Amino acid sequence: MTTISLKNRIPAKISGSLQQLFAFGSLIVILVFFSFASPYFFTTSNLVGILMAATVTGILALGTTFVIIAGGIDLSIGTGMILCGVMTGVFQTYWGWPVWAGVLGAVLFGGLIGFVNGFNISVLGIPPFIATLGMMLVASGLSLVISGTKPIYFKEHPEFQLLMNYSVIPGMRFPLGVLIFLILIVVAAVILAKTILGRYAYSIGSNEAATELSGVNVAKWKIIIYSMAGLFVGIAGVLAASRLSSAQPVGGMGLELEAIAAVVIGGTSLQGGKGSIVGTMIGALIVAVLTNGLRVTAVPQEWQSVVVGCVILVAVYMDILRRKRA
Amino acid sequence: MSWKDPLMQAPFLELRGINKSFGAVQVLRDVAMSVRAGEVTALVGDNGAGKSTLVKCVGGIHPMDSGEMFINGSEVHVHSPREAAQLGIEIVYQDLALCDNLDIVQNMFLGRERTSGWVLNEPEMEQLARKTLDSLAVRTVSTVRQPVSSLSGGQRQTVAIAKAVLWNSKLVILDEPTAALGVAQTAQVLELVRALADNGLAVVLISHNMNDVFAVSDRIAALYLGQMVAQVKTTDVTHAQVVELITSGKSEGQQA
Repeated sequence: MTTISLKNRIPAKISGSLQQLFAFGSLIVILVFFSFASPYFFTTSNLVGILMAATVTGILALGTTFVIIAGGIDLSIGTGMILCGVMTGVFQTYWGWPVWAGVLGAVLFGGLIGFVNGFNISVLGIPPFIATLGMMLVASGLSLVISGTKPIYFKEHPEFQLLMNYSVIPGMRFPLGVLIFLILIVVAAVILAKTILGRYAYSIGSNEAATELSGVNVAKWKIIIYSMAGLFVGIAGVLAASRLSSAQPVGGMGLELEAIAAVVIGGTSLQGGKGSIVGTMIGALIVAVLTNGLRVTAVPQEWQSVVVGCVILVAVYMDILRRKRA
Repeated sequence: MSWKDPLMQAPFLELRGINKSFGAVQVLRDVAMSVRAGEVTALVGDNGAGKSTLVKCVGGIHPMDSGEMFINGSEVHVHSPREAAQLGIEIVYQDLALCDNLDIVQNMFLGRERTSGWVLNEPEMEQLARKTLDSLAVRTVSTVRQPVSSLSGGQRQTVAIAKAVLWNSKLVILDEPTAALGVAQTAQVLELVRALADNGLAVVLISHNMNDVFAVSDRIAALYLGQMVAQVKTTDVTHAQVVELITSGKSEGQQA
């Protein structure tokens, strides 16, 4: 009963699960390919490394899934994440907050970034692409200004790095960060499939006017969706800073595209209205495995982005094909 | 079901002196209209006569500039679709306010989902949706978990109407429900419209199609250039007279 109704609750399930199946098949093929191509690939430490790389992009992709299903886009997540990392550095190192407060503060700061995005989009009416492109630059600049362009180290709180790196299972290297990621996947999947927030994400992306006419306060729910995506950005930023035990103020650009790629590869339509968390996670794994596999097989860095770019093009083209057939 | 003489009943909805302008254009002039429970009132008029604007004023989408609105004799003010719904007024829009990617149940409950705690109560919604469809004698839909995109035009209209009556609504306004339908589907939808009124609801049917109007309506209200030029019993007028009302605002046989 549960399995049947669960499947039924994913809109346009036939085409959606077809893409998921295809993505999952591709993931297996890529895994097998790299396992033969390099002896270092299919080792526990490398697989854990892949999971850790997938954690940060994957958490960004979780929030982005909601945004894209609701027919929006968020380009500010990459540099926003960097800014949240800097903020937790500011809270903990400069202001001397305890670790928990520094972490919570940075996560909420991410929520604030998302709230501003949502406000600009649904109240001021700025198109999502432009609104979040602006925020992307603002966040990138603020990171540099606030940190004085230098990395912030967590000298007072050496235990902060445990948040990402603490080994949950004794004797095996299974980092706490990955466990947090797994929990967030479940949380996001439940919110999307079982709550009003998820339902409205689908309905707004499917037909915004109809949703409004049905008495739904679309502006309010869009702000909530972007704010939630911002919370995920905050968590990703904190974990990234914890992983390196320092807040790096530079970079982040391009990460948003990796996250969006994960979402699209997983079968979420850029037109909105359909998508799933399972698909996004497969997509995030594909991106992480590809990036890692190309590295361990010693493909030059320049070529890595060429390959990932091509994968995104193929994924989007398949989305177009599916829409034509439907 | 009890069938009282409609003439004996006070109107469910009564509008008086409704005015509405968009900028310099006055779309509605001093419009009065009454709609009774258990009846289908056809609202006719040429393009631009103000039918949709009138409906949107009642539905809380456009604020009216002046005028009074009474429900069961007491004055009400409607500022949003949500407030209209709370008064029992539901509108089925011409462009079918349905979400293609959602299934029938999800569409019917959109904006008014049932939850238990944080979680959507799917079994309850599914059951209620089925019950409503059954009560409307809808047998054209095989499963309520079908996405709306897979339905035919008539089925979609049926879902839109079912969505409107799910809420113990008392007045259902249908904006050109048969405009895009074939012959058989039109008959189906008209049957449904008649069934709503026979179940005691007040129904307003906006239509351009005289056959539809005469097939199901009890009364006809004609708008001409923003003015209500006639409200008559359907049995008292002919096709030709109604067409004349629509095109010229007056009729030889019907000068009230």
